[in-house]
Amino acid sequence: MTTTEYDPNVVLSTKEYDVIGTRPLRPDGADKVTGRAQYGADFTATGLLHGKVLRSPHAHARIRSIDTSKAEAAPGVLAVVTNADLPKGGEDVVGGEGVAVGDLRRNVLAADKALYKGHAVAAVAAASPHDAEEALSLIEVDYEVLSPVLTVQEAMADGAPILHEDMRTMAGGEAGDEPSNVAEHFRHDLGDVEKGFAESDIVIEREFDTATVHQGYIEPQVATALWNTDGRVHVWCSTQGSFWVRDEVSNVLGIPESLIKVTPMEIGGGFGGKIPSYVEPVCAMLSQKTGQPVKIVMTRQEVFEGTGPTPGSNVRVKVGADAQGNIKAAHAYLAYEAGAFKGSPVAAGSQCVFAAYAAPNQAIDGYDVVVNKPKTQAYRAPGATNAAFAMETVVSEIAEKLGIDPVDIRLKNAAREGTRRADGPTFPRIGCEEVLQAMRDHPHYSAPLEGPNRGRGISIGYWFNVGFKSTCTISVNHDGAVSLIEGSTDIGGSRASVAMQAAEVLGIRAEDVRPTVADTDSVGYTDVTGGSRVAYATGWAAHDAAQDVKRQMIERASQIWDIDAASIEMEKGVIRSTTDSELRMTFKELAAELASTGGTIIGSGSIDGGGMGAGGGSFAGNIVDVEVDPDTGKVTVLRFTCVQDAGKAIHPSYVEGQMQGGSVQGIGWGLNEEYFMRGNGEMANSSLLDYRMPTSLDLPMIDTVIVEVPSPSHPFGVRGVGEANIVPPPAAIAHAIHNATGVWMEKLPMNPGAVMEAVWSK
Amino acid sequence: MPAKTYVQTTINGEHVDFLCEPRQSLLECLRDVIGLTGSKEGCNDGNCGACTVVLDGRIVTSCLVLGVEVEGREITTIEGVACGSTLHPVQTAFLENAALQCGICTPGFIVASKVLLEQNPDPTEHEIRFWLANNLCRCTGYDKIVRAVQDAAVKMREAEV
Amino acid sequence: MKWIDYARTCSVQEAVDLLKEGNARPLAGGTDILVNLRVRRFDIDTLVDVKDIPELNEITCDPSEGLTLGAAVPCYSIYTNEAVCAAYPGLIDSASLIGGTQIQGRASIGGNLCNAAPSADAVPALIALGAVANVAGPGGTRQVAVEDFCTAPGQTVLEEGELLVSLHMPPPAKGSGAQYMRFIPRNEMDIAVAGAGVSVEIDNGTFKSARIALASVAPTPLFVREAGDSLVGQPVNEESVRAASAIARDAAKPITDMRGTKEYRMHLCEVLTRRGLNIAIERAKENK
Repeated sequence: MTTTEYDPNVVLSTKEYDVIGTRPLRPDGADKVTGRAQYGADFTATGLLHGKVLRSPHAHARIRSIDTSKAEAAPGVLAVVTNADLPKGGEDVVGGEGVAVGDLRRNVLAADKALYKGHAVAAVAAASPHDAEEALSLIEVDYEVLSPVLTVQEAMADGAPILHEDMRTMAGGEAGDEPSNVAEHFRHDLGDVEKGFAESDIVIEREFDTATVHQGYIEPQVATALWNTDGRVHVWCSTQGSFWVRDEVSNVLGIPESLIKVTPMEIGGGFGGKIPSYVEPVCAMLSQKTGQPVKIVMTRQEVFEGTGPTPGSNVRVKVGADAQGNIKAAHAYLAYEAGAFKGSPVAAGSQCVFAAYAAPNQAIDGYDVVVNKPKTQAYRAPGATNAAFAMETVVSEIAEKLGIDPVDIRLKNAAREGTRRADGPTFPRIGCEEVLQAMRDHPHYSAPLEGPNRGRGISIGYWFNVGFKSTCTISVNHDGAVSLIEGSTDIGGSRASVAMQAAEVLGIRAEDVRPTVADTDSVGYTDVTGGSRVAYATGWAAHDAAQDVKRQMIERASQIWDIDAASIEMEKGVIRSTTDSELRMTFKELAAELASTGGTIIGSGSIDGGGMGAGGGSFAGNIVDVEVDPDTGKVTVLRFTCVQDAGKAIHPSYVEGQMQGGSVQGIGWGLNEEYFMRGNGEMANSSLLDYRMPTSLDLPMIDTVIVEVPSPSHPFGVRGVGEANIVPPPAAIAHAIHNATGVWMEKLPMNPGAVMEAVWSK
Repeated sequence: MPAKTYVQTTINGEHVDFLCEPRQSLLECLRDVIGLTGSKEGCNDGNCGACTVVLDGRIVTSCLVLGVEVEGREITTIEGVACGSTLHPVQTAFLENAALQCGICTPGFIVASKVLLEQNPDPTEHEIRFWLANNLCRCTGYDKIVRAVQDAAVKMREAEV
Repeated sequence: MKWIDYARTCSVQEAVDLLKEGNARPLAGGTDILVNLRVRRFDIDTLVDVKDIPELNEITCDPSEGLTLGAAVPCYSIYTNEAVCAAYPGLIDSASLIGGTQIQGRASIGGNLCNAAPSADAVPALIALGAVANVAGPGGTRQVAVEDFCTAPGQTVLEEGELLVSLHMPPPAKGSGAQYMRFIPRNEMDIAVAGAGVSVEIDNGTFKSARIALASVAPTPLFVREAGDSLVGQPVNEESVRAASAIARDAAKPITDMRGTKEYRMHLCEVLTRRGLNIAIERAKENK
């Protein structure tokens, strides 16, 4: 069967709603197809100056001195800033993403040490970007060049160069004695892993390495800031979280958050990489010195060299099973690059590595390791893809050795409601089994795969649904439409999915909810667009705000009709008396009455959706067919199916879009993407030509199956779908390559040269 | 500092003249000098396609054209794709097929797709993917973009009949 | 980018006069030079736009005279020219894989040669086709065989004031065929890990002549004369093709870098030469 012979996008669902599950046009669509939408770089202001950042040419160097005098005297230059211009104090305060203020400051502008090639050292504001760029070469920095460490293995080796003299390994709440590049070692235990291995009929242990990869959003980081004469700072930027920017700028600059207003512009992709602040505080510093608004737009090279990639890693997984394929024990060793400052996503990786399996005995060792690369950041299910590549490959190998179907072995061991993870939590209702069943039943899985050098692979992956805080307000317009204000920047169509949840409650059309993403002064505190949380948590806030509107609409009807509110109900956009069938108004009719009956109605919702793993999270699985060129090692993806549990798909098109986009990022990660580092710590491929993200010509259509196992904690059963889809592809592709060539790939990326080498050494 | 250059050109059917430095790319001129910010900068070296415009009938990456080079030429940008308040069928198809997520690559894809369909009203999936290989999208995985172009092709052919 | 001056020229003489003043470079499609200027790979004061010079825009494809291709002709004008497509499919292979659609709207074969990247996709095809570069300069004009044109990465035989005007390829003989093939990890928008341009002339089941050149495996595009010569007089069969491909592989001098290891790239030279020869042979059979 080819992909054109059946519906490529399937929604497996039971519960019907009026608005939820439909596919209205996105509210911001017209602006985005006509070029009118205003992204960060499109912002301009009277008297705008342009900033450029001087970056370290060395991956590891002590900064002895910085002389900015010549640059300050250069034509068109109005200000130069360095770390010395930042305030001192409060260095140990830990901000939103769990990063200490001192590390934030030293990342924004290097202090005593440059810790990666591309580390910001100074910044210039000038009348034009070209003038600013020219002036950078006039800044004199005296470096003492040090040896870099570029992988976790190098960083953990005896005698390795040390990035931070004051860093001691934290383990079990105790600090080590010696300086170390290992910021933390933690361990999770469940049952008795050694006993489990002893009971196993088969034990497989493998070691895997994955390369550092970048989120690869098409819009580079950009910000403009104005430090006004009244001491207030206004920032316009491209960010996943305007309140997090506000708080980081507050922490870095040492000024109260209420003096800072962040206006989020449209954002050109983020995938986790636009959570942290880089240029925002620098723009503010330059603005303070010049009294004019200052804008910094990163170049693509700066994006690669100066913003968070997601970590490369060294992962060892050991799994034991009985002859029937029941997993008895599993042990994972996860060492992840943190980049220049501590805080890799190894904790999340450790929580995901065995999440799909109800293995009775587990042990997980995690290491957070600093290396001379940019501080790593979240990237779509951060930490989970590295871990799943290892675990899923080992499970597939066990299935093959035991002669068990690879989906069946996963179904046999699938995590379900009540399964406890080694890191502590017990799953509520989850859709792991349902996703695997949908994979098994999909026509792709049973379709014949003919021709030489071809293979099929499968894999499953997990990611949380982060809850966190969101707010939303809804005001009722006299024409019966409502205005919705939210604080979640819209990266992938979330205005639509948030508005639709309000529309469902109010019984009005999705088109009659007009959503606006507001600045930090105009909406209540809202956490980042990340963690698959917007449709979940901001949608929940919209649901609550709509419920508030509904309650007030009923009260107003009760006032107009002079009857008890308890005898009034509002359903499908109609307010009616339960006792008198004559008393009936549509939402629109009542809206028209509001002005003359006490004024308009504003509803609000403010929720705390919980932490990591709220609502159980989401599982995604892949079926992939590849062909491997036996002469070149090049892998062609012939067919790809992504199955994911969405809980309830609010706007199925955008759920499919998340699944397809995440899948393709996973394919890129699996096949070609990597930071190719020279020995001196320089990234050799810091362009979109050489950092090979997939083009349209590298891919087939990406078929999707949306499984709906409602989340127990969300009013509509939503599970965030933004991330789990990136987790399974590398392992599924590795499995398919194995079935095509007989080799198991143990390194990412599985680029043509690597596959050829593996085949040669078979 | 040496003098700027005076350039006269045609953009979206209108005569436009502007002053620019020779080192400024067409993309910089469109965005920073003329105020047409629909063309986006993603890489500034011709590899992402977000700045795609039509120059004398051919699609080009405007970051790899100098502003001074467009003297006497004709340019179409994303701002010139819709006809007044009526969207071009490619724009409508991108909306209806949910072929955009963040939207930053969308102007480049729409400009490139429009020219493809003008030259080849019934492209195969492979021809669409080949034509658009110079346009990177990191959000969609291209599936819905390809479907949108196919959909627009059908609608444009139907409108021709 | 630092300040540069720009001059649009309408004649070869005008361009040569500006170029000989020094610290200037010609601007054709701009797809390489603008990137190089932005990353400060070289430092010049003036860009001399040569796109409006008639000789640099010429495409003359004549069955007896061969092909004259102006140095600034963009790729799309080549692969949309039916006569060139019919006579020089090996050149079309290159013109249609340099960059993507947008790049092909600007980039020229002449620019690809003058940029002198080891990975230049057009150059092995030009060498295989026996192309000659027509150069104009302060001292008049001269001809340079394309295999002698590039001298080091980014370096050519052009001296100060000299300008590549056009490329000339002889008319394809009956029974001849050519091909260019590169290997890249993506399917478009990529730099060759290795590339091979080949041409063959077949008479009665025997190779009458052959030329083989490689990309991305030496400091310059590499003409492997001995690989082509090994085929002369040999029967057209798998054995002779494999032997020539092995010679090409052994002649390659790649380095290990981000595009691949030395061993892998040498291996690819064998694969690409073999695959390219097989396609060129098929084309030769059709070219009666």
